[in-house]
Amino acid sequence: MSESKSDGKNLVPRKSEVTYDNGEPTRNRRVYSPLTDIVETADEILVTTDMPGVDEKCVDITLEKNVLTIHAYPPEETVENYSLVFGEYGVGDFERKFVVSQEVDREKIAAKVKNGVLTVHLPKAGPAKARKIEVRAV
Amino acid sequence: MLRRRYIPNMWNEMDRLQREMNSLFDHYDRPWSQVAGYPAVNVWMNDESAVITAELPGVDVKDLDISVVGETVTLSGERKSDDLPKDVTYHRQERGTGKFTRTIDLPFTVESGKVQATLEKGILRVLLPRSEKDKPRKVMVKAVS
Repeated sequence: MSESKSDGKNLVPRKSEVTYDNGEPTRNRRVYSPLTDIVETADEILVTTDMPGVDEKCVDITLEKNVLTIHAYPPEETVENYSLVFGEYGVGDFERKFVVSQEVDREKIAAKVKNGVLTVHLPKAGPAKARKIEVRAV
Repeated sequence: MLRRRYIPNMWNEMDRLQREMNSLFDHYDRPWSQVAGYPAVNVWMNDESAVITAELPGVDVKDLDISVVGETVTLSGERKSDDLPKDVTYHRQERGTGKFTRTIDLPFTVESGKVQATLEKGILRVLLPRSEKDKPRKVMVKAVS
C-alpha cells in the first residue's frame, strides 16, 4: 500500500504501548509511552515528549517526591462518516514516569505544549546548583 | 438492542488486531528505524473520498509538503531538532530528527484541486476527494417494450 524513505536519524513512528504488571488502569483505553528526550543544562532539566493530539487542556504533570509523572489524555481520533481501512497507529492515553535525581525548585516548574510536543522545565534548586566540593591537595 | 451494543466493540477489536498484525509483519526483516515508515498513517475511506491522518509531532507547517498525482499521495518534510543551548548533557534521546518521505497509493484517482489538509496539535489530516471521473456511474436500464 505504501512505501517510505527517510534519511533522518532514528525517525521512529512507534510509540510503544504500556503493559502493566501490577494493576491496570480502570478506564479501558490503551496507554502509550511517549518518546522522550531529557537534557540537562547548567540551570535546569528539560523533559521533551512527543504527544500528538495533546493540548494544554488534556495533560497532567505532577512531581511527587522525586517522581515526575506526565499523563495526557488526548481525544479519540474519529473521522465522521468514514471507516478505517488501514491503521498503523492507535490513539490512547500517554503516560510516563521519571525519577528525578536532582533537587528541583518546585515553585518554578513550567511546561508548554506546541504542535503536539510537550516541554517541561525543571529548574534546579538553588543550593544544590552551587554546591561544589573543593578537593585539597594534602 | 443487545446486538447493536456489541457490534461496534467487535469492529474496534478487529481494527486493533489488524494494526497489531500489520506492525508484527512490518517489524520482520527490516531495520529498526524503517519500521512501517515515518510517519505512521491511518487511512479512512467512504464512497466519496479518503482521509489520511498522520502523527507528526513537532513538525512545522512550513516544513511539510503534500503532493498528489493521480492515485498517489506523497507526504514529505523535515522534523527539525529543538533549539537547545550549546552546553547540554543528554540523559536520553529517543525523539528522532531529519527528513522523511512517505508515499501512499489510494484505490482511486484523487481530485487534486480539492485536496485539503490541516496540521493541528501534531496531527496531520488530509482530505482527498475522489475524482468525479473515477466515481462509479449508474447505468440506466431502459425497458424495451
